[in-house]
Amino acid sequence: MLTLSHFLILGAILFCISIAGIFLNRKNIIILLMAIELMLLAVNMNFIAFSHFLGDVQGQIFVFFILTVAAAEASIGLAILVVLFRNKRTINVADIDSLKG
Amino acid sequence: MDALSVDFSILIPEIVLLTMACVVLFVDLYVPQRNKAMTQGLTLVTLALCALFAAQGIGDTPRISFNGSFISDGLSNLLKTLIFLTAMVVFVYSRRYLADREVLKGEFYLLGLFSLLGMSILVSAYSMVTVYLGLELLSLALYAMVALHRDELAPTEAAMKYFILGALASGMLLYGMSLLYGVTGTLQIDILAQRASTAMEQDALLFLVGVVFLVVGVAFKFGAVPFHMWVPDVYHGAPTAMTLFISTAPKLAAFGMLYRLFAEGLITFHGEWQQYLIILAALSLVVGNVVAIAQRNLKRMFAYSAIAHVGYLFLGIVAGTEAGFASSLFYVIAYVIMGLGGFGMILLLSRKGFEGDRLEDLKGLNDTHPWYALMMLILMASMAGVPPTLGFYAKLAVIQAVVDSGQVWLAVLAVIFSVIGAFYYLRAIWYMYFDEPQVKVGITEAGGVAKALLSANSLLVLMLGIVPGGLLALCFQVIAG
Repeated sequence: MLTLSHFLILGAILFCISIAGIFLNRKNIIILLMAIELMLLAVNMNFIAFSHFLGDVQGQIFVFFILTVAAAEASIGLAILVVLFRNKRTINVADIDSLKG
Repeated sequence: MDALSVDFSILIPEIVLLTMACVVLFVDLYVPQRNKAMTQGLTLVTLALCALFAAQGIGDTPRISFNGSFISDGLSNLLKTLIFLTAMVVFVYSRRYLADREVLKGEFYLLGLFSLLGMSILVSAYSMVTVYLGLELLSLALYAMVALHRDELAPTEAAMKYFILGALASGMLLYGMSLLYGVTGTLQIDILAQRASTAMEQDALLFLVGVVFLVVGVAFKFGAVPFHMWVPDVYHGAPTAMTLFISTAPKLAAFGMLYRLFAEGLITFHGEWQQYLIILAALSLVVGNVVAIAQRNLKRMFAYSAIAHVGYLFLGIVAGTEAGFASSLFYVIAYVIMGLGGFGMILLLSRKGFEGDRLEDLKGLNDTHPWYALMMLILMASMAGVPPTLGFYAKLAVIQAVVDSGQVWLAVLAVIFSVIGAFYYLRAIWYMYFDEPQVKVGITEAGGVAKALLSANSLLVLMLGIVPGGLLALCFQVIAG
């Protein structure tokens, strides 16, 4: 039988993978964007699980908002990525280092 | 005060802002204009209107509507008024800078307006959904705004960093919200406050982890150490006009978010989140003030100074009393007025092909432009906290609050590091008054309105420092509700 804690652990694992994806990844900005999406999905998993086990619909409504905002966020992120690639000709995370101090 | 009713009257500033943003969009697209004069004019009129509507609500009793997700009270209306006024000043200051760099586009005003709509929603948010939506509307518009100067490398890189760390912060905040929702079963701030104690008894671990994630998310948005990595890069990389925007108005909105979540939602757990905020405040004071000394770029120096200011701002929150929150509010307002002047001065020094953002560019400013050197002197003195300027009273108020709450060591730390911090502000003053000019700082003749406003801004810093009573009383009044 699946209990709330199973879902919470899954959410936590997804969240940790996404954090690792952001901090360990030194190769590609697109992977960073994917990690950010995964983070939001981990949160969604939490909300839906809580919403189901609490018998309260608010959490599921919040998920719709998060999904919508995530789409907008991804589009802006990709747009900035395209502009960055045009200027820099690379999307390697390690090369994005001209601002220092 | 029926929470279930739908009361559109509390949304008037937002409705006006959204409608006018759409009008500005069409005007900008279809009306041929030189120099975007009409777009700017309409934007300023819109913001003036919104500020007027918001200002009328400052004295109101709190009104909650839209199923308890939106509140209109003294604090939200005061913050909204200041946000709109700040944005007006930003738009006036940045005009010539943007025109010189050929990025004076309608999009700057539009993204600004949408971002302001987000800030306005954020300070009035009374449910975690509205907090999140306001925050995202504010941030998404700002990411795009930083990247507006798209043919230059530094702004696009700054935008990418801002985007990634901003999205990470939102994710952290959301994760915290999801855990709080799970243990309390509500998304509304007031019900969260009621249920927090029982939730703590039922599932202390989940609840505390939720609170920690919330603190991390808010600290990221404020740029408190150790979540400050994005601040210097974004302030430095973004075009100065955009830096001016992101360093001022969003700080007011972020204070609103902090207040709603911690002072209204989680005040019963003041003892828990206080510890985290003490660490953040102490680290921000130390790192901000020390690293700023090593900076040769004015924008980067202001960025680290902003980090230090966030440290002072957190001192009042740490106290957790009404006086503490009021002094923090006073601090954030003071910081925004000083920040407007500081970045406004960099904008003034800049001209076509010359950014004017290196510390050396200030050298000998007194010889060439004594009046603006005096204005910069006032601003720098205020940021350093020299009496009788606004910055002095702001620091005094937060330190007073933190002493009253019994954290004397933190107050001592704050004083020591404000003395250390005074060094880099005084160095700027030294450069202006006692060094020979290296480059010829030719402040252009154009932009008379911006120059007058900048002088008024600096004199306001001095004036509010001499008579801080009114503003301080207003802060106490709105926090007391």
